[in-house]
Formats: sequence, C-alpha cells, structure tokens
Amino acid sequence: MTADAPKILARNVQVHYADTHAIKDVDADIADRTVTAFIGPSGCGKSTFLRCLNRMNDTIDICRVSGRIELDGEDIYDRKVDPVRLRARVGMVFQKPNPFPKSIYDNIAYGPRIHGLARSRADLDEIVETALRRGAIWDEVKDRLDAPGTGLSGGQQQRLCIARAVATEPEVLLMDEPCSALDPIATDQVENLIDELRSRYSVVIVTHSMQQAARVSQKTAFFHLGNLVEFGDTDQIFTNPQDPRTEAYISGRIG
Amino acid sequence: MSALWTLLAVLALALAGHLLGRARAMSAAGGDRRVLHSLPVHHGASVAIAAAVPALALLLIWLAVQPLAVDARIAASISPEGRSAELMMSDIRRLAEGLDRATAAGRLTPAEAEDPGADMGRIRAAVTASGIPLGSAAGAPELDAAQRYRALETSGNLLRTFAVLGLALLGLGRGLARIRKDFRARNIVERAVRRALLFAASVAVITTLGIVLSLIFNTVSFFRLYPAADFFLSADWTPRFGGGSSLGILPLLWGTLYISAIALAVAVPIGLFAAIYLSEYAAPGLRAIAKPLIEVLAGIPTIVYGLFALLTVGPLLLRMFGPGSLGWMDAASSVLTAGLVMGIMLIPFVSSLSDDIISAVPQSLRDGSLGLGATRSETVRQVVLPAALPGIVGAVLLAASRAIGETMIVVLGAGAAARLSLNPLEAMTTVTAKIVSQLTGDADFSSPEALVAFALAMTLFVLTLGLNVLALYIVRRFREQYE
Repeated sequence: MTADAPKILARNVQVHYADTHAIKDVDADIADRTVTAFIGPSGCGKSTFLRCLNRMNDTIDICRVSGRIELDGEDIYDRKVDPVRLRARVGMVFQKPNPFPKSIYDNIAYGPRIHGLARSRADLDEIVETALRRGAIWDEVKDRLDAPGTGLSGGQQQRLCIARAVATEPEVLLMDEPCSALDPIATDQVENLIDELRSRYSVVIVTHSMQQAARVSQKTAFFHLGNLVEFGDTDQIFTNPQDPRTEAYISGRIG
Repeated sequence: MSALWTLLAVLALALAGHLLGRARAMSAAGGDRRVLHSLPVHHGASVAIAAAVPALALLLIWLAVQPLAVDARIAASISPEGRSAELMMSDIRRLAEGLDRATAAGRLTPAEAEDPGADMGRIRAAVTASGIPLGSAAGAPELDAAQRYRALETSGNLLRTFAVLGLALLGLGRGLARIRKDFRARNIVERAVRRALLFAASVAVITTLGIVLSLIFNTVSFFRLYPAADFFLSADWTPRFGGGSSLGILPLLWGTLYISAIALAVAVPIGLFAAIYLSEYAAPGLRAIAKPLIEVLAGIPTIVYGLFALLTVGPLLLRMFGPGSLGWMDAASSVLTAGLVMGIMLIPFVSSLSDDIISAVPQSLRDGSLGLGATRSETVRQVVLPAALPGIVGAVLLAASRAIGETMIVVLGAGAAARLSLNPLEAMTTVTAKIVSQLTGDADFSSPEALVAFALAMTLFVLTLGLNVLALYIVRRFREQYE
C-alpha cells in the first residue's frame, strides 16, 4: 500500500431508510492522519454517511446500505467482516456526551477490557492514563478517577468520551457534531484536541459550524439532499467553491 | 319518601337549577352573553352545585347516622332480663325488618303491624313466612320494641326527606339569587371540579387509614388475650377452637418467606431475561405480539393458578420425586409446587416493569458502547443493566410483596400444615392461608383463635408496606436519573 492510498474509500454508496433515499451515489476518499469535515444543511445525510463508515447503521432495522466502502483496501460490508471488530478499529464520538454510569476509570477501561488490550492491572492503568492525557482531561480528573463520569461538566464529559474512544486504539475516529452541546470554551478545548489527534488517527467530523470546519479540517465535503456535492481541500472549498450550491451554502444563502 | 326517591328529587332540583341559572344569567346580561363574566353554562352549573352538594352530603350523613341513633334509643329502653342485650337487639332488628317485609307482601296490614296488642303467634308466622327466621326467645317485649323501632325509623325517614329537600331548595334559591352579570360562576365550577378530584384522590388514602385502624384495634385486643412474645417467638402453631391454642407466627412466616423465595428464584431470572430479550433483541413486530401475551399472564385470576398447581404441577412433581421414583415426596402439596406456580404468576410483573425500565435507558448509552466495538450482550451486561439496576430492583421488590400477599396458590398448592422445615418437598403453609382458615371457622369472633387473624394480617401489612415503600423509593430515584 502506498503512502497516498486513502484510509477509507467509498464508491457508489446508497442508503435507504425504508422508502427514503438518504444517501445517493456518494464517492469519497478519506486520507490517513487528516481531519476531514462533513458539512451541509440538516437532513442532508452527512451523519448517515458517517455512520456507514463503522456500520453503526446496522443497529437501525429499516436502514439499508449498498455500494462499496473499503478500510485499508478491505470491504467493510463484506460478509466475513465482523462489525464488532470493525467498530474497534473505527471509533465513534457522538453529538451528546454519553458517559456510561460508571466511574471515570471504568469508562475509559471499558473498551480495552472488552478487547483484552491490557495484560495486567498496571497495564490497564497506563492505558487509562494515556487515553485521558490524549483526551486532554487527565489533569482535571487524575485525582478522582473513581468519581462517576456522569458527574463531570458537559465539556469534560465530551473529552472523556473522546478519551474513551481513543483508549481502544482505533485507526479512524468518527465524530458526529461533537461540539454541538458544548459552550465556546469547551468547544475550543475539543478543537485543539482534534488537532492533536490528527498526528495519530484519521479523523472525520460532522459539523454544523462552517467556522469549525475551517478551523479544524484539512479536507471538507459538502453534502446536500443526500448528494456529495463537492469534496476538496478545506481552503479551496471555503475560498473558491466550484459548485454554485456549495457557494450558496457557505455564504449563507441555503441551509 | 325513600332515600332513592329523595336522591332523584335532589338531582331533579339540581337540573332545574341548572336551567334556571342559565336563563337568569342570560337575562341578567340583557341577552348579550359577552358581558357575562362566566359562560351561562357555568352559571347553571354553579346553581346546580349549590342545590345538590349540601343536600346530598346531608342525605349521606343522615343515612349513616340514623340507624345508629335509632339503635341507641331502643337499646337504652329495653331490659334484657337475663339475655345479652346484643342478642335481644338483633332479635328486635330482625323482627322490625320482618314486619316491614310482611307488610309489603300483604301478610299483615299496616294496622296489624303497628298494633301493640297483636297476637305474637300470628306475627311470628307472618314474619317467618317472609323469610326472616325469629329466635324462640322473641316475645311481647321484643315486639313492643320492634314496633317502636319501626315508628322511629318512619318518623326519621320523613324528617330526612323534608330536611334534604329543604336544603336543596334553599341552595337552589341562594344559587339563583347570587347571579349577577359579573358573578364569578366559572371560578366556583373550577373549585368544585378541583374538590371532586381531591375527593377521589383521598378516598384511597382514607380507606387505607381505615384498614390500618381496624387492623390495629383488633390486633390490640388480640394481644390483650394472647401474649405478644408467644405470638412472635413461638415456633408452634396449633390452634384449637376449644381454647388453649398455641399461636406462634414463626412457622407461618417461614412458609411465606420460603415459598416467596422460590417464587422469586423462578420469576426474577425468567422475567428479567424475557425483558432483556423483548427490549434489546426482539424485532418490533415480535415485541408487539409477545409483550401483551406475557402481560395476559398477569390478568389470570390466582385461583386459576391454584388449580394449575393442584392438578398439574403438584402431580408432576410427585411423579418425579414421589414414592414411585425417588421417594422424597409424600403428597402433591409442597412448598416447591406453590413456589413454582407463584413464580410463573410473577413473571409478567418482573418482565413488564423491567422492560419499561430497560427501554428507558437512553439509546445514546447503547450507541456509545456499540461504537467502541462491544457486542450486544456486552452492552446489555455492562452498560444497560447497570444503568437500569435500581429500577429492576424496584420491580423485584414489588413482585416480592405480591408473592408474600398471595393466598389462593398457597391454599391449593402448598398444603395446610404449619411447619418449620428446610425440605421444599414438604407441605407448609403461609400467613395468608392461615388468616383465611382462622376466619372461616365457627370460632367466636372475640376469641384469640379468630383475632389472631388480625395480628397476622397486621404483620403482613407492615412487611409488604415496607417492601412497597422501599421499591417506590428506589424506582423514583431511578426515574430522576435520566430526566
């Protein structure tokens, strides 16, 4: 595999919810160690497409996905791929912080325990500390790892959830509007964190804030009514959009 | 006029008041309803309320108090002469009722029934023919008292009719008189609605208080006759209706707890697993069919479960463990029989409540766990169940209090022997089953053998009340967690 090969490659992806055609013919290449932002008006399919990348749509009964999505050249919808293993490689952070009703330590240790990543208690302690440091929350919680994760503030909860996703050592991190429930200060902390995560993972972030997309991403994809309208370098999308719909959206005329 | 006709007359007056009130309100407004503070229908209702509510309240109180007052007057005037006053009063009441019926059936003329010198033999024949058996001791003094009893009743009823209808008319007049165009009839109706709702809500509470009080009084009179220490600490339960019983609650309490424990051991795992399947795994179509089907189990009368225990489960266990095979079991009635069937009865309580509670765990927690690469069962075990645990504990406690209070299954399935034993294949009995057998005997109601039922009931009441309070407390704390 060459260095330029995309981490995730999507071709001709269609998603149907019962009778609704939610994603139409989407092709996309998502590069490794890059932040890719999905933008677009509400209901345009960007979250649906994101959830295709780790097969979270499998949990929705009425949802059907077709087309081809490859992770490192391997079709993730192939019969022999276990979606549970896939989700360990492609982690996800959700719109609303969703810490488990457990201690901070157990929240982080949840994934490593399930996947058997730690050989000993000391090993697990180290994984938890590393993940909390990468989540930029270690200093705030290191003295109260036994406190419940639900007792943290909204911004801390979201960084805890990011640390929890990081702890399973994923290769790709999917983020579905991770800052929409946060105040500006917490948003700033999470954005800095995303920038640091780029050095190790491929990050895909869905956002409603075009400023956020411009601040954190290198690549931007614009979705509209289920179509991927335009996909390119973030600078180019925001300064010199090729498609009139993209231009209308980023200048605030549709959306 | 009888109470029923009085009631109908009051309702008719209220209806008339409603129509009059509406008309009067419209005329007070000069025909323009927009200048009224309240709609005409509110004015009408306020008049109807003013007419009906005090009159009906008076009627209700009168109906409750008059028999007591008449009884007391007659009881004060009689001289029982060697018989107990209680017995004589009951003869008098029966004779009075018999005279009523005989007159209504035409066997006696009203004049005969009221004649103080009437022939007792003829009266007795007429009253007996009307379906009221008379004690042989009933004679001229009883007849005299019964006649005075009837006279008092008649004049009381007449007085009641006048008082109630008078109050209704007074209310009607007052209600009509206060109608002005700015009279706030709407607020009065609103207040009446609130009070009606409050009344409905307090009926349950007041009834509970009444039950507790009656239990407490009878329990206290039991402990006057029988030492409390023996009741609570004795391991011997042998009631003798001739007296000299030992009434220790321990064997009964043991039977209750043992059978309930077996029932919960059956119901909790099965109910909980069913709930997990329904809420986490079942397709919506299957769930829509299976959930009501399981809940149908909750609607089956417990006597039917009792028959199932008696006719099916008991003989089945007897074939497995009885004389023909292992020889551990002597009869179909056993703790295990009752416990198994009671467990089946409790499954829907556990599964239905747990299913609601598991479904209330936010989907975001499941997504978070699945998104980390956990499987469904890992998610259920490590995230969903811990989050739902307080609610599930509450559901189990509610099921436990049902098990403790269950009677019919025990009567038919567990046998009647009060016994302290660890063997689940032996017959035992419970507190509830013994309450039934103590009160359905021929014992005098003031003997300790009958009164013990109230002490047993009080013990059960305290036990299940404690469990319910605990369960509600836990469930409520759970609800707050995700709102």
